[in-house]
Amino acid sequence: MTAEPENTAIPIKVTVNGVKHEAVVEPRTLLVYFLREQLALTGTHVGCDTSQCGACTIHLNGRAVKSCTILAVQANGKEITTIEGLARGDAFHPVQEGFREKHGLQCGYCTPGMIMTAAHLLETNPDPSEEEIKHALEGNLCRCTGYVNIVESVKWAAQKMGGKNVSR
Amino acid sequence: MFPANFGYAAPRSVDEALQLLSKHGEEAKLLAGGHSLIPAMKLRLSSPRTLIDLGAVPGLRGVRLDGNTLAIGALTVHADVGSSDLVRKHLPGLAEAASVIGDVQVRNRGTIGGSVAHADPAADFPVILTALNATFVLQSTGGSRTVTADKFFVDYFTTAMEPNEILTEIIVPLPPAGTGTAYAKLAHPASGYVVVSAGAMITRQPSGSCTAARITIGGLGSGPVRAVASETELQGKALNAQNIAAAAAKAAEETDPDGDIYAGADYKRHMATVLARRAIEAAVKRAVT
Amino acid sequence: MTTEHISNGLIGASIRRVEDPLLITGKGCYVDDINLPGMLHLVVLRSLYPHAKIISIDTSAAKAIKGVVTVVTGAELPEHLNINAQVMFPGQKIPPHPVLARGAVHAPGTPVAAVVAESRAIAQDACNAIEVEYQALPSVQNAEDALKPGAPLAREELDNNICYTAVKKGGDVDKAFAQAEHIVRMHIVSPRQVALAIEPRGIAANPDPMGKSLTVWLSTQGPHRVRADLAGTLGMPENKIRLIAPDVGGGFGSKGPLYREDVLTCYFALKLRRPIKWIATRSDDFVTTIQGRDQAMTSELALKKDGTMLGLKVRVVANLGGYLQSSTAGPPQRMMAMAPGCYQIKDCHVEVVGVFTNTVPTGPYRGAGRPESVLNIERLIDKAAKDLGIDRLEIRRKNFIRPEQFPYKTGVGMEYDSGDYFKSLDKAMKLSNYQDLMRQRDERRARGEIVGVGVSTFVEPSGGAGFESGTVRIERSGDITVITGSSSHGQGHETVWAQIAAEMMKAPMDHVTVLHGDTYISQQGTGTFGSRSAVVGGGALATAAQRVIDKSKRIAAHLVEAAPEDMVQADGGFAVAGVPEKKVSWRQIAAAAYSGKIPQGMEIGLQETCFFDPRREAWGYGAHVCLVSIDRETGAPTIEKLVLVDDCGVLINPMIVEGQIHGGVAQGLGEALREQMIYAEDGQVLTGTLMNYAVMRAGDMPPLTLGETVTPNPFHPLGVKGVGEAGTNGAPPAVANAVMDALAPLGIDHIDMPYTAPKLWEAIRQAQSDRA
Repeated sequence: MTAEPENTAIPIKVTVNGVKHEAVVEPRTLLVYFLREQLALTGTHVGCDTSQCGACTIHLNGRAVKSCTILAVQANGKEITTIEGLARGDAFHPVQEGFREKHGLQCGYCTPGMIMTAAHLLETNPDPSEEEIKHALEGNLCRCTGYVNIVESVKWAAQKMGGKNVSR
Repeated sequence: MFPANFGYAAPRSVDEALQLLSKHGEEAKLLAGGHSLIPAMKLRLSSPRTLIDLGAVPGLRGVRLDGNTLAIGALTVHADVGSSDLVRKHLPGLAEAASVIGDVQVRNRGTIGGSVAHADPAADFPVILTALNATFVLQSTGGSRTVTADKFFVDYFTTAMEPNEILTEIIVPLPPAGTGTAYAKLAHPASGYVVVSAGAMITRQPSGSCTAARITIGGLGSGPVRAVASETELQGKALNAQNIAAAAAKAAEETDPDGDIYAGADYKRHMATVLARRAIEAAVKRAVT
Repeated sequence: MTTEHISNGLIGASIRRVEDPLLITGKGCYVDDINLPGMLHLVVLRSLYPHAKIISIDTSAAKAIKGVVTVVTGAELPEHLNINAQVMFPGQKIPPHPVLARGAVHAPGTPVAAVVAESRAIAQDACNAIEVEYQALPSVQNAEDALKPGAPLAREELDNNICYTAVKKGGDVDKAFAQAEHIVRMHIVSPRQVALAIEPRGIAANPDPMGKSLTVWLSTQGPHRVRADLAGTLGMPENKIRLIAPDVGGGFGSKGPLYREDVLTCYFALKLRRPIKWIATRSDDFVTTIQGRDQAMTSELALKKDGTMLGLKVRVVANLGGYLQSSTAGPPQRMMAMAPGCYQIKDCHVEVVGVFTNTVPTGPYRGAGRPESVLNIERLIDKAAKDLGIDRLEIRRKNFIRPEQFPYKTGVGMEYDSGDYFKSLDKAMKLSNYQDLMRQRDERRARGEIVGVGVSTFVEPSGGAGFESGTVRIERSGDITVITGSSSHGQGHETVWAQIAAEMMKAPMDHVTVLHGDTYISQQGTGTFGSRSAVVGGGALATAAQRVIDKSKRIAAHLVEAAPEDMVQADGGFAVAGVPEKKVSWRQIAAAAYSGKIPQGMEIGLQETCFFDPRREAWGYGAHVCLVSIDRETGAPTIEKLVLVDDCGVLINPMIVEGQIHGGVAQGLGEALREQMIYAEDGQVLTGTLMNYAVMRAGDMPPLTLGETVTPNPFHPLGVKGVGEAGTNGAPPAVANAVMDALAPLGIDHIDMPYTAPKLWEAIRQAQSDRA
């Protein structure tokens, strides 16, 4: 076996938000740019270049990861969910709803990544404590909200997903 | 931020990967989770000609009990190390270290093998794995060999690995009865990397005295440093607060860390003693006989 | 002016935001989401040197790369492509600020060459292939150092490093100091901050096929102002540029001015007749976007023994960086204007020296001179209390401007509109359980803990910088269109403006559409910064809405053949007073307005525009209380309690107000605890990524307790004052005072922010060894 020469485009197959895609990518293409530019899913954002801010968070095979630190070729054969794939039709995901109900966003730039991280948290830990929520969000930076209402949003979503009554 | 161009291969077996590695030589880099390599490539601090992606190689993931050791596949992601029942039961210190690396997303993607092979002096796994006396399995086309942690971490970003070798597994001996393990860390407020950290593996006799101690410090040099003076100090002593503190106070002996804009050298040395004490105390608490 | 509307409860209601559904589903549109056919990409090569002569630039290898369209250096660009700063102070020096370096660089990050290519990756490849030979020149980073004799010249074109000197004074400060029974002297430096909007700066430009006009999408806080500057630099008619601020991912002051890459992008778009995009990387952002604070304040406060303040002298050395942006001179000016804080100090002398250094230019960052000023006076007053043995609350109350003194003209000539600082402080005391807090502090101290309580009281001027515009149009359908010259970058304008309009017009909120951020849609405007939008933009809207209401009332009266004074507003329109069934809807009024069934002499149509300039600032205020403990072993500070009482006049949407306070506090705590942009002695940037510049994360936020008092702004149609910067103004000095209170028993007098664990540990160790 030999590696392809530099810059040879590589065919990949990925399932994004339930839709199968076959595409050809340069090996150096980061997953976030594949999603944004080749699939026009611009809800996944780029806020830094050192894997710190978390604005690019997506789910790869069900896990929250930073799509700026993954090559598109590494996603070959995998399933991806982006912020665009979280709502069911017009029905928001409870985390999305929580962010709206609890004013968990201002400029909205970090929001897709925050929501994807929070959604992953609630899948693995449906009833997190405040400390657990804050810990889970350590890889997502927000400069607008001071995180106060983001934490409230996630709590709201947890309650809603747990079938509990939620108050505004 | 875009990496420079490179060629790409996704071998389906370790053998294939080894062939690729010998073929492309030093111009090639192995790609595991990519959480050390890709950031460096984005900033063009690293521009390999060829990437050999181990992601599709089977058999390199997961934790299994193998005799009196735990064998951890090199491609096991930090989150899976941290949540493994085997690791939590036998090596809580390792689980602790795995759970304070980076953040959730990094732990979901970064691999233990990648971290170890990268040998960042501010990484967590090298420190705890040295305390746990781990062994690294290195394969090459010529066969396989093992290197102990004490000999593995050679210098800043430098290990005992040869360019034609692949790290496939990390073998951690199960500690004997009465042994506790722990990890304590001062994380950099921006990067989350280690400013200073301490790993400890302490064996305690039913009488309460210490029969074995391995204590390592991270952040004070080019890699994990054995706190030999602390280990010696503790040997044979009753594991009480006073003796632990006396041993921990020697944790930074013979180190000469560089200060940086966040923390000065004195602070780092001081924190080494604080974290060593915390790690020893936690390990002793877990050392139920 | 009074508004004649019947409240339907929208003003003052925590309405969920209209903006959110798009943003939470990933359907927002930020600059980098603009992709046009044939779009090219700009990447800029930057100097790593803080100060150097450019000997040569070799672009040949870069030009040879496939996909590269053009590679340009400063020498190849027209000479008029400069960033122009205005003279704000007499004698101010304005050295050249070319969009690509011409011959020399004066700050790290200065662009030396530009590459346009078919993709960003290719453009980056080409940048890396450019060879630049520099000759390093001596550089200076610290503004106070730059004033010392023999200091390297940051700008070799000048004789010294002083850009300007400015003074604000009032009364007779020498006389005041002659009468002083005690003088407090302090030297305080506010740490340089990075605004760090999570969306880095970015621009996309699309020329018309003839290259005569341009559509620009820019991540900006003020589309009209930046368009004017852009047009000026390009030498193009302003109205040939359509400037759109799409969704903007935060700004905090940093996205106000025109930047070099904005000009380069537009220049190449026009020249190449191709759409072009430039998006900053985070690394670009760290070395090109204006940074905040970095003012060194040397002060003297003269007092009587009983704590009465007599006079204040401040000398501010403001670090301006290597180049002037249009807004660079703003923060020091603001610092001067509020130097006396909430206190009656009639005799003041405040001097600012603006200094060039070889660092990234500074400019407004959330607070923009306010936090520096509050920090200064609040540290001074705490030190005065300590020196004189007076309770810190008592000394504040003794010197507060009293409620009956408003409007109050301060010692530096500003007129505060209204306030009750006693009430605000009392509320903070009550909410924090202050006496109990102090008791806890003392008990814990007795047990050997390092614990402190800090208080800050502050004013927050808002709504300056001239006019804002608002248009209200009733469409033929009766739907209401609101167009504001202000433009949002996360503040929720679409929600808040709709609340105001819907309440005033007695219409459902979903009948109101708010348009903003597009110079082809809106009339001239100013922008969102300096806590001004609700005050000035809201005032413009309220005034325009009132004019529409007044006109509509006459149309409604005409339609039901009643006298206008007999008409009252009713749900969805107007009715004859006392005869609710005699109703005219907005739809009927609009139909009449556009078809001419209107009173004789009245102009057809139903649209009003107001350019509103309050001509005075709105002075919000507040009182913050902080309880902090410091781990003796590690030096790590923990904020255990933070109580924030703010008064921003009438609240339009309390949920949004609280969000603004939370966000400001988080940034303020960042400044107090961890954030600092650091340059090495040789000028290299040491904190140029998020790996080493530490911002607050979710787990770092302490519990916040919010409280409010409401003093309506007597000079405003809605009674509002700004609130966007309250958190960055009040919280850092509360933390600083708490940390210094905690360390006071160790004999520590003052440490500058940020209070990192290593810094506090070192200070504690030093103090203990001094005592030993």
